[in-house]
Amino acid sequence: MSTDREPSPSADGIPLAPSPFTVRERAAETADTVTLTLDPLTGDRPAPFLPGQFNMLSVLGAGEVAISISGDPARPDELVHTVRSLGLSTQAIGRLSPGSTVAVRGPYGRGWPLEAAWGRDVVLVAGGIGIAPLRPLLYALLRERARFGRLEVIYGARSPQDLVYYRQLQEWRARSNARFQVTVDAAGRDWYGDVGVVTQRIPDCRFDGRNTVAFLCGPEIMMRLSAEALEGRGVRPEAIWLSMERNMRCGVGFCGHCQFGPYLLCRDGPVLPYRELRPLLRVREL
Amino acid sequence: MAQGPSQPPVVGSRWVLAREQFDTLLDSFRDHGYEVLGPTVRDGAIVYGRIEEVHDLPVGWTDRQEAGSYRLERRDDPALFGYNVGPHSWKKYLFPSRERLFTARREGPSFRVSTEPTEEGPKAYLGVRACEIAAIRIQDRVFTGGPEVDPGYAGRRTRALVVAAQCTQAASSCFCVSMGTGPEVEDGFDLVLTELVGEGPHRFVIEVGTPAGASVLAGVPLVPASPVDLAKVSERLQRTRHAMGRSLEANGIRELLLGRLDHEEWEKVGARCVACTNCTMVCPTCFCHSTEEVPDLAGSRVERWRRWDSCFNLAFSELHGGSVRTSVPSRYRQWMVHKLATWYDQFGSSGCVGCGRCIAWCPVGIDITEEAERVRLPSAPTSRGGRP
Ligand SMILES: Cc1cc2nc3c(=O)[nH]c(=O)nc-3n(C[C@H](O)[C@H](O)[C@H](O)COP(=O)(O)OP(=O)(O)OC[C@H]3O[C@@H](n4cnc5c(N)ncnc54)[C@H](O)[C@@H]3O)c2cc1C
Ligand code: SF4
Ligand code: SF4
Repeated sequence: MSTDREPSPSADGIPLAPSPFTVRERAAETADTVTLTLDPLTGDRPAPFLPGQFNMLSVLGAGEVAISISGDPARPDELVHTVRSLGLSTQAIGRLSPGSTVAVRGPYGRGWPLEAAWGRDVVLVAGGIGIAPLRPLLYALLRERARFGRLEVIYGARSPQDLVYYRQLQEWRARSNARFQVTVDAAGRDWYGDVGVVTQRIPDCRFDGRNTVAFLCGPEIMMRLSAEALEGRGVRPEAIWLSMERNMRCGVGFCGHCQFGPYLLCRDGPVLPYRELRPLLRVREL
Repeated sequence: MAQGPSQPPVVGSRWVLAREQFDTLLDSFRDHGYEVLGPTVRDGAIVYGRIEEVHDLPVGWTDRQEAGSYRLERRDDPALFGYNVGPHSWKKYLFPSRERLFTARREGPSFRVSTEPTEEGPKAYLGVRACEIAAIRIQDRVFTGGPEVDPGYAGRRTRALVVAAQCTQAASSCFCVSMGTGPEVEDGFDLVLTELVGEGPHRFVIEVGTPAGASVLAGVPLVPASPVDLAKVSERLQRTRHAMGRSLEANGIRELLLGRLDHEEWEKVGARCVACTNCTMVCPTCFCHSTEEVPDLAGSRVERWRRWDSCFNLAFSELHGGSVRTSVPSRYRQWMVHKLATWYDQFGSSGCVGCGRCIAWCPVGIDITEEAERVRLPSAPTSRGGRP
């Protein structure tokens, strides 16, 4: 659980018991990804969260999954989750419509160390749905824009049709003092943006390596190669932060599923410094 | 003969109970509201179950354990605790293999979550070994040592009276001395018994560990332990200490294993392991579990259950429709490195207490102490750790 913030008290004092929320708004991001805005049904306001923390979500009966909180941390009354449908549990969440009920508990985990950004250049690298836990950080950073140097955001997806938050990213690109590079693995003729993997965009970034902090979330291989590329440009491994992912069943360090070497990712992570992760990321099937 | 204290004896005092009076002790547990759980013979093994009277205990039995084998043999004396450990451990009761977490009932557009109040009364765990007390304390740290406390576990734990039994012999699979967990029960008990059989009358030296343990003894026919009895207890424990069947160099094992995640032995042991999960089921400290949801047909009620899971199951590490640890070598490595190394990082101690269960109950005889030694030897380079 969070060492940063207390998780919301669980229903009726039953631990690991979720609270009922209702879907206020459903926005289809892509063919398989939706963004849901949730309201509590019990009257309590959603618990405040830190960028990078997650909740456990379930459509009761269809299984429970870890989902990052992807809304604006300055608006904790608006609980926002972006979910990509994969298996049964996430498909059930993806099918929810306004008025449906969803079970929520959390927030859990240690999020992004926002303060590490102050006074430095900042690089965000997102791959696929990995943009979801980075969006609250982006909101927080843009709100405090004067406190740090350059801001470089690299976001990669499989295809233009798979880009999440596309409208909002374009808006931010237009009016914020930040550089956004959006790249896709493959695209048709109607795509005017970059094609290729996110690591290829790192050489183009403008930042002072020794005074840069980087926040990465996406597939493990993408994070590892990006971290290596950033290191190659002088970013210190302790200034590179990765949000790691493993199967999670409880979110509070009981179930043992989210082990990654010495870490219980739900409790010690999901965000951890690359300095500690580097040797572990090289181990196959850890 | 023995008059027995009518007042509860003081904590730390030591007494002698004659074997013929053992049922009085069992009666006293029941009179104090405890259900007695302890060792009993079933299907060729000593397992834990309900104990009504002394003959439910494994009278005159011992266990012979080797890598991949466990069998019961007759002793030439009628000892009640003349064995070491069987396939069960106390996690069977403290952390049941299946447990309902809650029931959620639909209420209009919402739902309400509830748990049934537990009907369970206090239990006396009879015959808890030193390594098992260490294992219980390890699971205490998992389920009650963090910011989130598991109330089911915590409740069962407070309702348990730990009646330990000193090991007066060691199995060939035992290595508690290496792990610093035994053979002597030193603390963490309410009462501890040492069985003296074969020299003089068959009897038990009982030490009082807590007021709860003391109150159960009130009215039980006891005599104060004599210096000779106490000397015999020390001598038995000393003998057990030197009878360890196995050893494991625990010093520096964490650093050793974490530095050898690419060792060739993982492939070799992984080729022998059949991923049956036995080692994790019998291990008294393994706590990993999964959750599952059971909806009723009408969809108005869903129960969430948890059940023991194992890092040897392919689905354990499922992520995005695939598994992280597809190969058996990676799963064996996960298990052993967790037990002996990363447990320190996560919970501040080793995850292994040296009970030897995983050694005896492995169908192919894989031995954690032997594997630790093999990983200690230098290895040829492998692809397991390094990536291009
Ligand atoms: C910290 C963290 C943050 C994440 N953030 C996000 C995010 O913001 N957005 C996002 O899209 N993904 C996120 N994920 C990934 C997401 O958790 C996985 O994609 C998801 O767990 C996989 O869902 P699924 O539908 O494929 O699972 P399923 O295949 O449905 O299975 C999920 C688990 O539940 C079990 N299960 C399935 N059905 C049932 C049932 N009926 N009853 C009981 N159990 C069942 C399965 O055995 C499985 O282990 C995050 C993961 C982590 C660890
Ligand atoms: S790993 Fe083996 S020897 Fe160690 S506590 Fe578990 S079952 Fe006992
Ligand atoms: S080590 Fe032995 S007991 Fe454990 S999973 Fe492998 S074969 Fe089964």
